[in-house]
Amino acid sequence: MRGLLSRLGSILESDPRKNPNAVVYLVLAVATIAFPIGVQVATRGSGSFLISQAADAGVYILLAIGLNVVVGFAGLLDLGYAAFFAIGAYTYAFVASDHLEFTPIHQALHIPFWIALLVGMFAAAGAGAILGAPTLRLRGDYLAIVTLGFGEIVPRLFRNASTWTSGVNGISALDTPALPIWLNGPWSGDALAIVQNFKIIDPLAYYVIMAILVAISVLLVNNLRRSRMGRAWMAVREDEVAAAAMGVNTVGVKLLAFSIGAAFSGFAGTFYGAKLSLVSPENFGFTVSITILIMVVLGGMGNIPGVIVGALLIYYVIFNILPGLPQQASDFANSIGATSLNSPSGDWPGLAGEVQRLKYLIFGLILVLTMLLRPQGLLPSRQRAEELQKGVHDDTTIEDVNAETT
Amino acid sequence: MTVEAAADPILRIDHVTKRFGGLVAVDDVTFDVKKGEIFALIGPNGAGKTTLFNGITGIFPPTAGRIVFQGREITGAKPHQVAAFGIARTFQNIRLFEYMSSLDNVRLGQHCRMHAKLWDSLFKTPAEHREEQRVTDRAMELLQFVGIEQYTHIYARNLPYGSQRRLEIARALATNPALLLLDEPAAGFTPQEKVELMGLVHKIVDQGITVFLIEHDMKVVMGVSRRIVVLDHGEKIAEGTPEQVRRDQRVIEAYLGTQH
Ligand SMILES: Nc1ncnc2c1ncn2[C@@H]1O[C@H](COP(=O)(O)OP(=O)(O)OP(=O)(O)O)[C@@H](O)[C@H]1O
Ligand SMILES: [Mg+2]
Repeated sequence: MRGLLSRLGSILESDPRKNPNAVVYLVLAVATIAFPIGVQVATRGSGSFLISQAADAGVYILLAIGLNVVVGFAGLLDLGYAAFFAIGAYTYAFVASDHLEFTPIHQALHIPFWIALLVGMFAAAGAGAILGAPTLRLRGDYLAIVTLGFGEIVPRLFRNASTWTSGVNGISALDTPALPIWLNGPWSGDALAIVQNFKIIDPLAYYVIMAILVAISVLLVNNLRRSRMGRAWMAVREDEVAAAAMGVNTVGVKLLAFSIGAAFSGFAGTFYGAKLSLVSPENFGFTVSITILIMVVLGGMGNIPGVIVGALLIYYVIFNILPGLPQQASDFANSIGATSLNSPSGDWPGLAGEVQRLKYLIFGLILVLTMLLRPQGLLPSRQRAEELQKGVHDDTTIEDVNAETT
Repeated sequence: MTVEAAADPILRIDHVTKRFGGLVAVDDVTFDVKKGEIFALIGPNGAGKTTLFNGITGIFPPTAGRIVFQGREITGAKPHQVAAFGIARTFQNIRLFEYMSSLDNVRLGQHCRMHAKLWDSLFKTPAEHREEQRVTDRAMELLQFVGIEQYTHIYARNLPYGSQRRLEIARALATNPALLLLDEPAAGFTPQEKVELMGLVHKIVDQGITVFLIEHDMKVVMGVSRRIVVLDHGEKIAEGTPEQVRRDQRVIEAYLGTQH
């Protein structure tokens, strides 16, 4: 706790120009606390949907933080990241619902959510290790191809192995997470007896849990970055031969990064399945993998606050701005008197329909423009920022990446 | 250094051959490097010197022959294992981690001597914290030892050329080697810088580390090493003291043959 306070103190004292990350962390922390209050005030108490959406965005933040370990730290291109997300979600569906009763096992499992989180995490990490062990020995490009294939295979497997997964219908009625038993033990007494069977159904509860999980993840991943392992990842990313000659087991450290990324994905998948109470093979396609990759790249590869901001921004664009775009376009046409644009005729589906059809093109254009204007991402790590302006600042002093912040 | 101590071979190159397709880059080469000496490998361009280093360090394992280090056969071992055994190296065309600070480059060098596991790193355990502290102190010491402490927090790529070569040496020393392989450490140096670098090499040997270096410039080598092996077209054409080598007919031909 003292460490946390002193860290907070150093964040407040540090010069924002020297350490923009500190400011971003602070803004994010304040926003996290203010958001549910603000939403409830602004919507007069009916903001549950927005809070629920924010919790979903948190799932993507976890995913992006995990993928950042793989892509940003270790420099491995993982194009099938959603596969591990699916493995986490399906693991929860198997171990926390009646579903297994309808499979050849004929015995339902109901593991508590908190343990299932770990089970999902280890299942995904295990899958990552099994996939990575043979692949990571090969040159970098192979990993991209293999993960691409893996990302295609896993959802297909869940769709087609219908005796086990009930195929396209997915698995529904997953257990609702409950508070850990130790939170309502014998000491709780009568006053807290109502907590006895507390189920987490309120979006705010998911939001709070998600905020805590993200905070813990940020702390742990930051620790990793500033450790022996973080340095080894960076070295491998820069020059594998030199890293190996200096005693780094390159396959080992790459495998570790890959599995840690997978673990995050599985963890996030478990949470996602539990919150939705439903898993379906349609939710884990290639577009999900790519979306997470975009979050990482656009936010600023290698830099955790950047990746969080990237995840939030892309989530907001995909799930809030793009769906509303057709309606807004037709409203806009009406307001300027061009109502004829809105009526379908011949090939023209009406402005709303056309925008609906083109919205991912618009999304693509936004991405292309952002990357052209800011190739290093919105909030890049120092290395990344420098790599993209080779030779511009030839005598820049940098703060040490592994320097202690306290 | 006593004569007895110097007699022990620390590295034995035993009939080592390396082929790249039809090209025989190293051809049945045999020699010993003795403990505590400064041993030099010379030869014209393309003689196979770097290839031999790559064979020793496991980057391109030899096609045939054995490499024995401190009595243990290390032929075919992986590069990171070779480093853990106690052989460190620098590269002819500098291979630093450009976007890591000098300090981090040297700290990375200590990777294989560190004990922090994933758990320790994740939770910053006190043991991990102490180890990081120790590693940082050692890195500072090494930067000072090679004389580039003023660049501690500068990205490796932003160092002046000569300091980059020194940083590579510091990074290699960080692995705590018994044998240090230097691939043309003075390439591109002025005569004055070469003298300074050879001073550093002597300082390293004084720490009990055996140095095995490749050098193009015969004159530089003659000044520092007592024993020299000459390679030409992959073959060992001479071995002996600087005086013996300088007078060797095949060596003179090899060098004259490539210098027109
Ligand atoms: N990875 C490789 N693949 C194919 N051929 C190689 C490879 N590495 C080296 N060679 C060839 O092996 C021969 C020896 O090269 P090497 O680099 O060992 O020479 P060198 O003695 O270090 O020369 P220099 O003084 O120029 O550094 C050269 O003909 C080179 O082209
Ligand atoms: Mg060479």
